[in-house]
Amino acid sequence: MTMEGKVAFVTGASRGIGKEIALALAREGATVACVSSTDGGCDATAVEAGNSAIALKCDVADGGQVDAAVAETITRLGGLDILVNNAGITRDQLLIRMSDDDWDTVIDVNLKGAFHCVKAASKPMMKARWGRIINLSSIVGIGGHAGQANYAASKAGLIGFTKSIAREFGSRGITCNAIAPGFIETDMTAELPQNLREHVHNTAPLGRLGTVQDIASAALFLAGEGSSYITGQVLVVDGGLTL
Amino acid sequence: MEDVLARVKKVIVEELNRKEDEINLESSFMEDFGADSLDVVQLVMGFEDEFDIEIPDDEVESIKTVGAAVDYITKKLGEKSA
Repeated sequence: MTMEGKVAFVTGASRGIGKEIALALAREGATVACVSSTDGGCDATAVEAGNSAIALKCDVADGGQVDAAVAETITRLGGLDILVNNAGITRDQLLIRMSDDDWDTVIDVNLKGAFHCVKAASKPMMKARWGRIINLSSIVGIGGHAGQANYAASKAGLIGFTKSIAREFGSRGITCNAIAPGFIETDMTAELPQNLREHVHNTAPLGRLGTVQDIASAALFLAGEGSSYITGQVLVVDGGLTL
Repeated sequence: MEDVLARVKKVIVEELNRKEDEINLESSFMEDFGADSLDVVQLVMGFEDEFDIEIPDDEVESIKTVGAAVDYITKKLGEKSA
């Protein structure tokens, strides 16, 4: 157990990558605030995580709700050491068909949501002179993807955001890194066409789609003491797909 | 005035991890306490919370010492109650 005594705040923890990261942190002894935008969305995650985990409802696009959720975490769990900005949505559409609403909604949740969470969570981290911030980017934030201009822009934005946060908070013992997953088996990628899945199988040197555990392992590393000299980096976890 | 100084000291103790007896009116946040720009922002936010006032970014520049902070806050509180 390497995370004993740490409190983690994981957004988008109702399913997929976020849920697995929350569970992995809890297995290592962290107490996790599992956050989701829906009522009761994280109840199951919190129960499965155990170790005094709590479930919170919070729309990360709303700064007021984020402030309240972070305050509740600090009151109930005694601090906030690890922030995982994982909450993300897609509104895929070819650009010429993309509405302002498709664009704004994705940017508000994926990018502005991370801004709200870092703003609120950095205060206790600065006081403690220790913190870990992990932003879930994507390989499409590096290489782009047709039909995902909004999503790719939000994920690329998270990379610049990550590097800026790393610079601003480095002197306070707070590291900030991004993980860029490739194609991972989740509800989000289940919607992708079959030929794309085959393409990943055939092209990635490791010959398979990723699992949520693959991403959780990377998150665990970046959340722990072992990564204390690593900040502002983008860790690509894609089976070598984008080599 | 004395009450403001005591509360300013409290915020400095909390935000900059200084001891109360090393804080006097002449103390400079950056030169004497080694505060960097992020410390100053935290300090200003601490003052805003403690005194329920708003300190605009362009006025932060003038608050370099404990005495300057006490004067600034006293003036702000005067404006608020007026």
